[in-house]
Amino acid sequence: MQTKRTIFGNRWLPYLLLAPQLAVTVIFFLWPAGQAVWQSFLREDAFGLKTSFVGLSNYTRLFDNAEYINALKVTLVFSVSTAALALISSLLLALALDRTIRSSRVYTTLLVWPYAVAPAIAGVLWWFIFNPTIGIMPYLLERVGYDWNHALQKGDAMALVIIAAAWKQISYNFLFFVAGLQSIPASMREAAAIDGAGPVKRFWTITLPLLSPTTFFLLVVNVVYTMFDTFAVIDATTGGGPAQATMILVYKVYDDGFIGLNLGSSAAQSVILMGIVIALTIIQFRYVERRVTY
Amino acid sequence: MLRTLSTSALALAATLGAAQAETEINWWHAMGGELGAKLEEIVAGYNASQSEYKVIPTYKGSYAETMTAAIAAFRAGEQPDIVQVFEVGTGTMMAAEGAIYPVYQLMADMGADFDPAGYLPAVVGYYTDTDGNMLSMPFNSSTPILYYNKDVFEKAGLDPETAPRTWAEVEEFSKKIMDSGAASCGFTTGWISWVQLENLSAWHNQPIGTLENGFGGLDTELTVNGPVQVKHWENLARWQQDGTFQYGGPGGGADSAPKFYAQDCAIYMNSSASRAGVVANAKDFEVGYGMLPYYDDVEDAPQNSIIGGATLWVLQGQSEAEYKGVAEFFSYLSSAEVQADWHQFSGYLPITEAAYDLGKEQGFYAANPGSDIAIKQITLNAPTPNSKGLRFGNYVQIRAVIDEEFQRLLSGEVDAQGALDSLVKRGNEMIRDFQGANG
Repeated sequence: MQTKRTIFGNRWLPYLLLAPQLAVTVIFFLWPAGQAVWQSFLREDAFGLKTSFVGLSNYTRLFDNAEYINALKVTLVFSVSTAALALISSLLLALALDRTIRSSRVYTTLLVWPYAVAPAIAGVLWWFIFNPTIGIMPYLLERVGYDWNHALQKGDAMALVIIAAAWKQISYNFLFFVAGLQSIPASMREAAAIDGAGPVKRFWTITLPLLSPTTFFLLVVNVVYTMFDTFAVIDATTGGGPAQATMILVYKVYDDGFIGLNLGSSAAQSVILMGIVIALTIIQFRYVERRVTY
Repeated sequence: MLRTLSTSALALAATLGAAQAETEINWWHAMGGELGAKLEEIVAGYNASQSEYKVIPTYKGSYAETMTAAIAAFRAGEQPDIVQVFEVGTGTMMAAEGAIYPVYQLMADMGADFDPAGYLPAVVGYYTDTDGNMLSMPFNSSTPILYYNKDVFEKAGLDPETAPRTWAEVEEFSKKIMDSGAASCGFTTGWISWVQLENLSAWHNQPIGTLENGFGGLDTELTVNGPVQVKHWENLARWQQDGTFQYGGPGGGADSAPKFYAQDCAIYMNSSASRAGVVANAKDFEVGYGMLPYYDDVEDAPQNSIIGGATLWVLQGQSEAEYKGVAEFFSYLSSAEVQADWHQFSGYLPITEAAYDLGKEQGFYAANPGSDIAIKQITLNAPTPNSKGLRFGNYVQIRAVIDEEFQRLLSGEVDAQGALDSLVKRGNEMIRDFQGANG
């Protein structure tokens, strides 16, 4: 493997060139993150007038807290389902494109549209479509005998946020899958076809294994997406309800910190979330570094 | 080059001159839409009335966003002079002794024209300390009332001029309405927490919490799992099952108003400040008004209802000149003319007796039936320790817990006693947290 290497004449020049980026990282990431870590050891009133150091108490209390355990479970269900739904449906769409209409730009463009919709707007759209009082879907569902009410039924609410969040992510996944599929040499599939392998067999033994680096990359990106970027969707559709049925971790950080003004607990929760995302990123980087080839 | 420099120096001098002439007072508020426009009109009226101070109103989003913004600004030393805080944030603001400048003290320090006795006790009682001192300036206070659809009542063979007085009547009327096909549901409501729990308790003279609903100190505990509240929530769950009642969602109950406007539900309970919206949206039917229903087998019912809405808090850390302006602006705000105008436009309660009397003189209540239901309801009886309001720390979160437990009740996960017991337990934990952080 060839590595590109630039030799700088001046020792300080590379650092100087890096400085703006480093400054941004320090000011906008390290400093606030450090503050969050420090805050997570404190108990403070909203105005910051009375502060006391409480050690790890904010953390221990979280794990004794039924609502936090519930948020962990909700996040797990939500993340796995959303990622699975977004990956499977985008793979099906990409396969359809790859098999039949190889160069249909219209189809590709239409599928990418949802990605351009701001998450909050997407949330409002879904909220509108599924609104139990004025939405079109509950009206249609009622005709087939299903009483949709995500304001009260936990299952309905979870289904709604999963659909809304997955819908946003399908475009992104689709683009990567299309690129991944096009990099699989047609000759391999043709050879298999000549050997008598049917389309299903070819998919499971050739396409899917060769697509696995893309799939794995997307899995990590999707899980990170579901855990962090779905805030707006949740906020606009269910607000974490009913009875905390869609209260995912990142929404709880916001709810406890910005609505409830319980800054210590909110900071401890964001530190835990930061730990989760760091772990996910390490997994991703290690994998990308090795890049297993089949 | 020289010319640009001198021009900018001139411009600078001009702005400095203006700043010296007028002390600027920043007011962060949460009034959007028509209410926001009206608020700006009031401020413009004040700014035009004198030249010493200039009040600058800034819309900061929802109540929760406005409060959070002000708190964050305070921590950064950039706080406004005045911030509008909703009633459930009262406990938090009161406990922040170094951050707030109590209004009674401000008015005394600045020698402003201020007579606490002129304010309606039912309104200011919510915002006074245990010694009766007013800590914040009431601005927009409302109380829940009952709206009903006169046309539907008539179609169902009911007297369109009679609102249901008791919960038994609400049930009976609803049955008639649904059986006759005049509407598909009896009633809906905004604000489960505020209307169907807090006001229900006050209206029946039942304690919401110990220590006079939390007025007596941070060591308070919730007591809303009493027999009256349990019975009411049991009824609501039952009525939701048979369609008499339709749930309108958590918080303000965003889905409840459309149910009433679309004539799906014949009766609607929500803030008196919803009146303008109700009148504007009730295009195809006539609206009737009534007081909140009560259970006639509860001894002290009806007592008086409690308020919601927001007040203006003054924050510490500003100059003497600005506080003088704030005091003067508050005197202007509570003058009878300004108050009557705001109250009549918005449906919020007048905060002074004088404003109420002015409205009577102008014949406003006679011309607009239903517009004085709210004020009659909060002044129905002298407030008791159970009905003068409530004051708990972390109450914003407790409100969310109330919604969650109500949702669990309606989805059949728990019964009314279980939901309210769990609510009290979870709420008390939050009150203890607040006590720990502020005690």
